[in-house]
Amino acid sequence: MPAPVIVATDLVKRYGEFAAVDGISFEVAPGESFGLLGPNGAGKSTTMRMVGAVSTRTGGDLSILGLDPDRHGPEIRSQLGVVPQSDNLDTELRVRENLLVYGRYFGLPGKLVAQRADELLAFAQLEEKAAAKVESLSGGMKRRLTIARALINDPRLLLLDEPTTGLDPQARHILWDRLFRLKEQGTTLLLTTHYMDEAEQLCDRIVVVDEGSIMAEGTPAELIRRYSSREVLEVRFGSDRNAEAAERLAGLGDRTEVLPDRILIYSADGEAELERVIDAGLHPITSLVRRSSLEDVFLRLTGRSLIE
Amino acid sequence: MSSESTPRPGHDVASAQSTDAAADAGRTALAGGIRPRRFGAWYVAEHRFRVMRSYLQTVIATGIGNPIIYLYAMGVGLATLVDQNLGDDAVDGVGYLAFVAPALLASAAITVASEEFTYPVMLGYKWNPIFFGMNASPLRPTQIVDGIVISVTIRMLVTCGIYFAFMLVFGAVPSPLGFLAIFAALLTGLGFGALLMGYASTLEEDTGQLAMVMRLVVLPMTLFSGTFFPLSQFPIWLQWIGWISPLWHGTELSRVFTYGYAEPIWLTVAHVLYLLALFVLGWAWARRVAVRRLNR
Ligand SMILES: Nc1ncnc2c1ncn2[C@@H]1O[C@H](COP(=O)(O)OP(=O)(O)O)[C@@H](O)[C@H]1O
Ligand SMILES: [Mg+2]
Repeated sequence: MPAPVIVATDLVKRYGEFAAVDGISFEVAPGESFGLLGPNGAGKSTTMRMVGAVSTRTGGDLSILGLDPDRHGPEIRSQLGVVPQSDNLDTELRVRENLLVYGRYFGLPGKLVAQRADELLAFAQLEEKAAAKVESLSGGMKRRLTIARALINDPRLLLLDEPTTGLDPQARHILWDRLFRLKEQGTTLLLTTHYMDEAEQLCDRIVVVDEGSIMAEGTPAELIRRYSSREVLEVRFGSDRNAEAAERLAGLGDRTEVLPDRILIYSADGEAELERVIDAGLHPITSLVRRSSLEDVFLRLTGRSLIE
Repeated sequence: MSSESTPRPGHDVASAQSTDAAADAGRTALAGGIRPRRFGAWYVAEHRFRVMRSYLQTVIATGIGNPIIYLYAMGVGLATLVDQNLGDDAVDGVGYLAFVAPALLASAAITVASEEFTYPVMLGYKWNPIFFGMNASPLRPTQIVDGIVISVTIRMLVTCGIYFAFMLVFGAVPSPLGFLAIFAALLTGLGFGALLMGYASTLEEDTGQLAMVMRLVVLPMTLFSGTFFPLSQFPIWLQWIGWISPLWHGTELSRVFTYGYAEPIWLTVAHVLYLLALFVLGWAWARRVAVRRLNR
């Protein structure tokens, strides 16, 4: 086992009486891509700030690169790249300038920073925008610039807090492609998301967090195997008939989940379940058989959807 | 770290290597902190200068335009009128221009302070939250504040230097020690500005508080600080406003230097101490708020 980059043990953050992070433990190995998957308010950003050595923990232990953030904040931060949940680029400066000033914060010589800035603008596909005002960038471009900025110090650990939230699908895919490249180059990633597809795409290993606690941990495939069936049958009967149909479908599959607008039937063979539904004399308006996803894992663990 | 770096018996080579790698990562990190810890505030100042470049025209216009306009208006306009009526030793034993110029110099520093220590500080926490970005780098909250102080000090020094040069050109500085007024003005701007910075740091929402401060504090301050006429013209029950006003202290101090304005030496020392105290107070306040607000 290589020595971990992050070791969090019973990490706690309280705001007054309220525990935003309530005793979570995890380890991240070098080169690993580790995800915190959870709904809004789960405590993901709070965890990221503690790992980023900008928020003092209330309890537990935390070691980043073998150092304690309480004592070695600047040292730890010198090795991190941070993409916060909301961009904090300097809108009073131009695109390239944002990279130049940021690189200097690490004490890097201006010449080196300038060279890296150009490389990173290419990496972020923002070369044409080098002299543009930050305000003129699209959401996806701003995000890419923030990632480029986070890479200016060639970090050992990249923290990404909801990297694609609020972006359109195309912008998300461009971003995923960039992040995937970093992953291939062996950059250690810690990322949070409330998109299960993002977690599946980018993470080697994830923890599912809810209300400040870890509900489960594993690779996406492991979690799906452990907490869900291979396939899911989704049937809709219209909102007024939903409850009644649910009663009659109870007992089908490994288990069922009743959502306001549809019923999910978990089973190794979705098509076979659909036949049983029809045999029972029920006629769904629509039906769909799909593979299980992390969304199902989350539903199983918390009884709620990831995105309300 | 120490327990990790001593390999336990039975550990294979791979894990011994990985412990080395961990120690290596720790060492790299320790080295990475050295320069930011030492020079962080200067990096922030560098950033501020780059931003100031984007409103360089304003900086130049106010830096050069103001002294010309004000000194001309006072020296050729108002001073002629006053001196015609009251003689060449019109006010306080000197011509009106010599009387008013050091006060204008101190006011110029206050103007820079109220530009640089207010909105840019509030923005940095809120609407253009670059302080959070800086704080995620090796910089510490206190260095962010220090960097702003450094950059504003330098801009203020340049502005006051230019102002003083024009004062010389207009013949408004009788004393050879006059150049010390530049530092008096600087101290004025920093003393008052640091308080503004402390206050601006605390603003979570912009409901016009800063505009209010401009209207209710900065503008009236000019009237009650002996700028255009001696404070002694006011009845005694209004003079206390001048005594607490940093601008009054700064103006009097500047006058001591530019034309040897006669006041007890303890009062001159008091001006310096008062302005220094405000500066230290405001600075410490802003640093405290930065530590609190940036550590969420
Ligand atoms: N600075 C703060 N002060 C008080 N409460 C906070 C603060 N930051 C976060 N919280 C609360 O902690 C909880 C977790 O927040 P956060 O970590 O942002 O969740 P997530 O990123 O998973 O959406 C939320 O209920 C949030 O309101
Ligand atoms: Mg969040």
